[in-house]
Amino acid sequence: MGVEILKQNKVHPFIIKKCSTWLIKLNSNILIVKNRRAALDLSQKVRVLCWVMTQPQHLKSRTQHIRATWGKRCNIVLYMSSEASDFPTVGLNVLEGRSQLYWKTIRAFQHIHMHHLDDADWFLKADDDTFVVLENLRYGLSKHNTEEPLYFGRRFTPFVAQGYMSGGAGYVLSKEALRRFVKGFADGLCTHNTEIEDIGLGKCMETMKVQLGDSRDVLGRQTFHPYPPNNYLPRQLPRPRPWYLLYEHYHPVEGPGCCSDLAISFHYIDAVQMHTLEYYTYRLRPFGYKYRFNPGERSENRNNN
Amino acid sequence: MRWRAGETDSRTDTTFLLFSGCVYGNECDVVASKCEHSSVLLKGLQSSMMSEGSSFMKGMILGGIFCLVMAFFETFNSGTHSEGREHLHHHLKPVSKDELQKLSESQMSDWTLQVRVYCLIMVTPKLLVHWATANDTWSKHCDKSVFYTSESSKALEAIDLQEQDEWARLRKAIKHAYENAGDLRWFFVARPTTYAIIENLKYLVLDKDPSQPFYIGHTEKSGELDYVEYDSGIVLSYEAMRRLIEIFKDEDRCPERGHALWKTPEEKQLATCLKYTGVFAENGEDAQGKGLFNKKSVSSLISDSMGQNPADVVEACCSDMAITFGGMSPSQIQVLMYGVYRLRPYGHDFHDSLTFLPPNDSDND
Repeated sequence: MGVEILKQNKVHPFIIKKCSTWLIKLNSNILIVKNRRAALDLSQKVRVLCWVMTQPQHLKSRTQHIRATWGKRCNIVLYMSSEASDFPTVGLNVLEGRSQLYWKTIRAFQHIHMHHLDDADWFLKADDDTFVVLENLRYGLSKHNTEEPLYFGRRFTPFVAQGYMSGGAGYVLSKEALRRFVKGFADGLCTHNTEIEDIGLGKCMETMKVQLGDSRDVLGRQTFHPYPPNNYLPRQLPRPRPWYLLYEHYHPVEGPGCCSDLAISFHYIDAVQMHTLEYYTYRLRPFGYKYRFNPGERSENRNNN
Repeated sequence: MRWRAGETDSRTDTTFLLFSGCVYGNECDVVASKCEHSSVLLKGLQSSMMSEGSSFMKGMILGGIFCLVMAFFETFNSGTHSEGREHLHHHLKPVSKDELQKLSESQMSDWTLQVRVYCLIMVTPKLLVHWATANDTWSKHCDKSVFYTSESSKALEAIDLQEQDEWARLRKAIKHAYENAGDLRWFFVARPTTYAIIENLKYLVLDKDPSQPFYIGHTEKSGELDYVEYDSGIVLSYEAMRRLIEIFKDEDRCPERGHALWKTPEEKQLATCLKYTGVFAENGEDAQGKGLFNKKSVSSLISDSMGQNPADVVEACCSDMAITFGGMSPSQIQVLMYGVYRLRPYGHDFHDSLTFLPPNDSDND
């Protein structure tokens, strides 16, 4: 706009050039400061407690890699196991094994509700082979109110009428959702009626009237992923839905449109992939590249208009 | 051996023996001339030391010792032939962030124009899947990318050089690229099994003058020869290309078809030809000294780092501004594209002084 004024007043082109570059620099500097501040603010405004479902045999092979990568980005991180240890893990009063997973989930949330309800705003559950990008989770949650009964993740359709969130991809409960889950068990409205933790929790959420949120980005691309990126990204010829996309609530997309730039999670991630994703997300970058997807800028424009 | 005074050997014998001693030294061309002068001195010595059967041995030993001593001194003196070794940047790093911030807008736009890249991708029908992947992914980030093939394929477009010999094919491709460069001044040669982040290549050469000879990549040593490894990509400036085209005409020093019984790999032949023109290989690395050109895959490098640096895997592994990786499958490359150009944490912005726009005809970046 400043340049238009200068042009109208027939200011010398050299001066116009100088002023416009100064303006561009000024604007970009403001945007940078705004974005950095935004990122810092978010970690204070949107506090996330992460709990990782693990077991003693996995601490060395899996969980230590979470501790070395994304675990430290949570406001609070709790590694939930059947036994307490110096890892540090929290010992829940459960046995180990696939059949115990829902018990672990129930006990974990009860523990968190008892000890940490006021320490965070949102409560994330992840497996010990899930990779999570906390900054993108906070960004997604920032538009929502934690006092409402909401839960977010990768929405699946069968088994529960309103649907449920995939356990492996990770799901996050609002404070109110956590209260209702614990209350459900306290009042006997929710029981241990299945061994499958994500279906069990989904059924309890339905009973307690907690809503399923839509975690897709503004272009409709998924952010939580129950499988690794190479299941979704490589281009495919048109084909019937592969088995791992059969439960999808939203119509699945294969190829580059599968996944948001601001992805939140991937699952079935082994140790090497965990560090690889850390490298891709936080370190490796193309110098000077202007990203195609800039939601921050778009919302800036929306606010200004 | 008995040394007897008074007997003289023929002059020709001693001179020949001193020369033969020189064969043991490395720097013989220059040292031989020095040997000639010193032979006059030694002849005098010889005449006083002579003995019949042992004159051969004495000559050999004296000549050998003398030449070794001369060669030893030669490496300390900076004579005319070691000018190449004084080439200041065997390790080539990108311009520093501070330097970048000091520059003016017009200099920035000059550099953005100057740093455009012509990619030569050397394919064969055997590598069709990798060829298709390169065509679909990183090659779109080159300002101009041309695929040069040994024989044509119906599936994909390329310049058919109709040449099975890899070195001859590379020569033809280089000639074609130089003639069709337009105003592009930087050249990147790779096989489709290599994955490249062209923006980071531009960052590395941003402040380098392409009218100077540059030959950059991951350097390896083979005896005396420093060469750039083909598998991790080769970067050449316009001047280096020009000198190559010239030396290609010299069938003795840079033959098109090798005369040796065994085939020298093209990467070494290239290095040898360039060396004759005074161009030497330089290792591309970042400000911390981490190599930017890799022939291994990301997961392989991460895996190595987990073994060697378990406390700090990612930090110790690879550069943030890495340029190439190798040995990755097409689906791994598509994940890598997403990882490089899309996946990132909200709020982490980099104020890079230059801007490179996404290509028009691609997604997943």
